Formats: sequence, structure tokens, C-alpha cells
Amino acid sequence: MITYILRRLMLVPLLLFGVTALIFSMLQLLSPVERTALYVRDIPKNDKQIEGIIKRYGFDKPVYVQYWNWLVGRVDKATGVRSGGILYGDFGYSRSGSQPVADIIRNRFPNTLDLTIWAIAPVILVGIWLGVQAAVHHNGIIDQAARIFSIVGTSLPTFVFGLLMLLVFYANLEWFPPGRLSDWAAKAMEADNFRTYTSLTTFDALLNGRFDIFLDALRHMVMPILTLSYISWATFLRVTRASMLETLRMEYVTTARAKGLPERDVIFKHAQPNAMLPVVTLAGFSIVGLLGGVIITETVFNYPGIGSAAATAATQLDVVTVLGFAIFTGLILIISNLVVDVLYGYVDPRVRLS
Amino acid sequence: MAQSIPSGDNTLLRETVTIRQIGWLERFLGPDNYRVMTGLLKTPASIIGLFLIGMFIVIALAAPLIAPPVDADDPYKIPRDGFSAEPKPGGTEWKRNVPPLPFWWKPIMKTDQWVHVMGTSQGQYDIFYGIIWGTRTAFKTGLVVTFATLIIGILVGSVSAYFGGWVDNLLMRIVDILMILPGILAALILAAVITPKIGKSLIPTMIALIAFGWMGFSRFIRGDILSVKERDYILAARVVGVKDSRILFRHILPNAIFPTLVLGSLAIGDVVLSFAALSFLGIGAEVGYADWGQVLSFARNWITSLNTYWYIIVWPGLTLVLYVMGWNLIGDALRDVLDPRLRGKI
Repeated sequence: MITYILRRLMLVPLLLFGVTALIFSMLQLLSPVERTALYVRDIPKNDKQIEGIIKRYGFDKPVYVQYWNWLVGRVDKATGVRSGGILYGDFGYSRSGSQPVADIIRNRFPNTLDLTIWAIAPVILVGIWLGVQAAVHHNGIIDQAARIFSIVGTSLPTFVFGLLMLLVFYANLEWFPPGRLSDWAAKAMEADNFRTYTSLTTFDALLNGRFDIFLDALRHMVMPILTLSYISWATFLRVTRASMLETLRMEYVTTARAKGLPERDVIFKHAQPNAMLPVVTLAGFSIVGLLGGVIITETVFNYPGIGSAAATAATQLDVVTVLGFAIFTGLILIISNLVVDVLYGYVDPRVRLS
Repeated sequence: MAQSIPSGDNTLLRETVTIRQIGWLERFLGPDNYRVMTGLLKTPASIIGLFLIGMFIVIALAAPLIAPPVDADDPYKIPRDGFSAEPKPGGTEWKRNVPPLPFWWKPIMKTDQWVHVMGTSQGQYDIFYGIIWGTRTAFKTGLVVTFATLIIGILVGSVSAYFGGWVDNLLMRIVDILMILPGILAALILAAVITPKIGKSLIPTMIALIAFGWMGFSRFIRGDILSVKERDYILAARVVGVKDSRILFRHILPNAIFPTLVLGSLAIGDVVLSFAALSFLGIGAEVGYADWGQVLSFARNWITSLNTYWYIIVWPGLTLVLYVMGWNLIGDALRDVLDPRLRGKI
């Protein structure tokens, strides 16, 4: 197990280099004037200023020097202040958002994290449950319904689904509002006696004992969570169903039935654990899917997270900002992929031996 | 191979062996293609899929007849009836900038007054025109992007698998790296980088989707080629001194390419989905270009009053869903017919 983890860890620097190099090469497509946003907040006005910035930050140096500068930033010799340097968490200045990219991430990422944490459980559990039901009632009504659901689910774009949810549950029924919090709740969170522990709204509300704010935050998240989930449900359903059907045909399942075990135990104690292996991989992938899905979902529901910020910056062609988000997302994904792989090696011994 | 019933007294033979009659169609198409065709026409799901896509093909081809453009030189520009922001419901009379009346309107409706069939969206863009001409955009982008990603994916995957060693290692690590970022985020960035350089059109989004869309195909075909290249006839070809490129493209690829092509046909729907998602976010063609994602994006400013303006999302949304579902249904059926071992894998 230790060698497996070590082998897997050795891949991390390579992936880090790959992702940073990829994003850096996209930066190279920008003009030097646009690239100055990596270091300074104002757009240089005349040729002389541009010239000065190009000299100072080395935009005229060879590419590998520029790459290194971009990674570690540049220290002003007189003041000792570092500007730029993505390794130090400085992703440059967002001209469309009028603040440093790192600040936008700090303000908005907790909201995205909050949303994804609450979405993971329904995504995985409901999908698996549907798949098992479809396999157990193979070719029955549930199976047919699940098949139709899976085809419709994969054909329905998230933004159309989101807009339809808004039409039904917000515009007509007024059950679930878009946005993050109601005005009164947002005000209550800004009050002095409300302490911030985690920056995650739902958890902070609970820790402060404000159950009303917690419920309000959840109410705002119902539609985004459903929108993030239903597409994964369709995939989880398919994979779980196929794997479960295959397992139910195995001889050891027949043995279990033959020795008179109740069907419940046969399915949930004997078949399901083995049928879950491909589903575990899929669960790992679905984290990546969630982080991609938040871009659309947050935009549709005006949810103030990192995804809607990325979409807004991209439409204003503020590339430095979007690339900042991309590096951040890339780092998170490299780490979560590592965790998933290690967990998978733990669940399925065949993986770590191969 | 054509079979015929042996002549002479063969009553005994007929009783023990049922000889299948081969129709002219099967003889014409060959057994494999015939099997695919009958397979596609067997299940109700795939028939619905074929019907949907057929309908969209007809709409795309007949677009100038169904919705004649105001400006024949620039038919993809959605005609606007004035400039006021608020959407108008279907059936509203067309007042300004009236396009020519289509041939089918008068016989059905018995009037000369051309109306907004499905209403107008924000800025008085006509939704009906957006949907009809957007069908062409959907086919264009879906086919071009899928074709390009297939070619790149097949080339990279087959070179990687055939040569193995460090080539394989290098190419597959590049694939790994390109796959780390969520596809939609990567495409969003690349489109935002390219757009200022070549202007707002369909091309930046298409390039972005191609650049981050081929990796799945290359991984997929790599697996198939790895197994085909171990077969004896490849060894035989190598023994008689056939060139590498010829072995790869003439001996290996034809025997390994089929599953990947099926996967490709499944992908058209997905490509159109991603494309619509990007133009919904505001990346893509200029405002007013006939494109479903763009028509839907007009709704973003009206989410508080969607109960009044339901038609600005329902019609374009329904169109997009039916189109993608058509491809998915065909893809599903194709997958079952061509390659049973793919069942449940994709």
C-alpha cells in the first residue's frame, strides 16, 4: 500500500508542471499589455509605461525565465514587496472585478464549496439507489422508467433544466429563490454577534445556533443542488445497473440464494459491495464533474460562487482572471484525484498491485 | 455470401436446416451494414431518434422556405422587430422589419399578416427564426467539432498505442494533463483567449471544443489498438517487411476503429450541448446570431418574471433537448447493434 501511494505521489509534480505549463502557454497568447494584469492593477496608458513594465517584469526575456517569474513572482529590491507569483497565491489583478483574483477566490470559493459539499451526498446516494433498484427489478417497470429517465437526463442541458426549475419553483410556485441568502439573513450574518468559523454559510449558521439562517441558506441551494445532481444520476444509474446485473449473475450469488438467505441480504450484503467497485471510480470523476458543473449552475441561479465569477470574467474577456480560477481549480482537482486514487487502491487491492 | 437452395430433392434438408432468404437490400448493403440498419429500425427508441434527427435535417435544409430571411446575404442574423427590451408572446403582429411571408403561412392561417410564431425574446429577437436557423448552426458545429476531435483523437491514440514506449508515455501524460481541468472551464478559457484575436464568431468556441475534446477518443482507441496489434496477422505483415505506417493505417486501424466511430456518433449530441452551454454563458457568436444557446441566454435577465415570459425558455429549450435526445437515442441503438461488449460502458 505504501509503495502504491508513493508511486501515485510521484505523479503529482508532473501533473502540477503540466497544468501550470498549459495555463502559462495560454497566457502567452495574450498581448503584453493584457499580461500586465498579472502584476499591476492599472492598464498602462502610454508606450513608455508599457515599455517600463515589460522591462521590469521581464516580458522580453526567454519563455522559461518568464515561466519561472510567473511561478515565483518578482521581489522589489528596494521595498522587499513581492508582486505576482502564483506559487505564493498571487494570481494577478482582476480588472473586470476591480480586485486581486486571490481575493475573489477567497470571497467566493467558500460558497462553491458549501454547494458542492451538500450536492455530493444526493449525487452519489440517489444515483446508486436508482441503479440498484433498476438492476434488482431487471426489465420491470422501475427498470424501464430508469432507462427513460437516463436518456432524458443525459439529453437535458443543465442550463435548460435550471431555467425550467426557475420557471416552476421560483416564478410560479415561489418555493425556492435564486441567489445565496435572503436579505434579512445576509444582514444577520454581517452583524457583530455573528462569528465566522468556517466561511461556509450553512456550517457557520449552525455553529452560531441560527437554525433559521441555516434553513434559509439550504432553501437557496435546493435548485442548484438538484441541477448539479440529475445529470450525474443518469450516469450513476447506468453504471450501477450494469455492474449490479453482472454481479447478480455470479455463482456465489446463486449459492447465497440456494442456502436460503433472504433476498434482501443477498442483494445488499453479498452482491452490492462487489458491484460498487466501478461506482467508486465514477464517484471520483463526479467531483471533477461537479466543479465543471458549478460554472453553469451558479450562473443560472445567480449564486455568488467561483463558477459564476469565472463565467462573468470570461464573457468580459478578462483572461488573467479566468486563468487564475483555472489554476486554483486545477490544484484542487489534482489533490482530489490523488485522494480518490488512494482510496480506490484501498477499496480494491487489484488496483494497487497492477 | 449469397446462398441458394440446392437443387434436386431437398425436402429432408429443408426440414433440418432452415435456409434464410436473403433480400435484395441485404445483398446490396452487405451483411454487416444490413445488420446495423435492421438493428436501428428494430427498437422504438431508435426509430424515434431517427425521426427526430430526420426532422431536424429537413428543417435545416428548408430553413429559407420555413423562415425566409430579411437579408438573404446574412440569413443567420435573427430579425428584430424594434428594440424594446421586454419579450412579447407568440402571435404578436410583426410591425417593423417584416421578413417575407413564408409560403406555408397563408394556406394554414388564411391571413397575410406575418406574426411572431413563438414570440420575441429580449431586444425583440424573433424566437422562431432563432430556432429554425439555429438548426443549421447546430449541425455545422456538431459535425465539424466531432469530426475534428475524432481525427485528432484517432491519430494520437493510434500512434501512441502502435509505437508504445516513450512515445506512448509522453502522449498519454499530455492526455492526462489536458483532462485535469473540467472540459467546460478549459474551453471557456481558450475561447476567451482566442476571441479577441479573430473576432466574435462560431470559430473560437469550435476551436476551444476541439482542443479539449479529443482526449477521450484517443484513450479509447488506444486500448483497442493495443489488443489488435498483438494478433498474428500483424506479425505476419511485419515479417514480410510492410512499412510501419502501412501496418498501422491499413492493417490495424480498420480492425480497431469501429467502437471509436460509434463513440463519436454518440458525441455529436454532447458537442452541441457544450456549444450551447458556452454561448449561453456569453462566449461564442455575436449577439443576434441564430444559435440556440444564445436564444436561451436572453432569458438570463428575466428569471424573476419567467411565469409571464415562459416562452423565451420553453421553445428553444425544447428544441435543444429534442435534438440532443435524437442523437443519444441513435447512439444508444448503434452501440447495442455494433458492439455488445460496449453495453453499459459508455
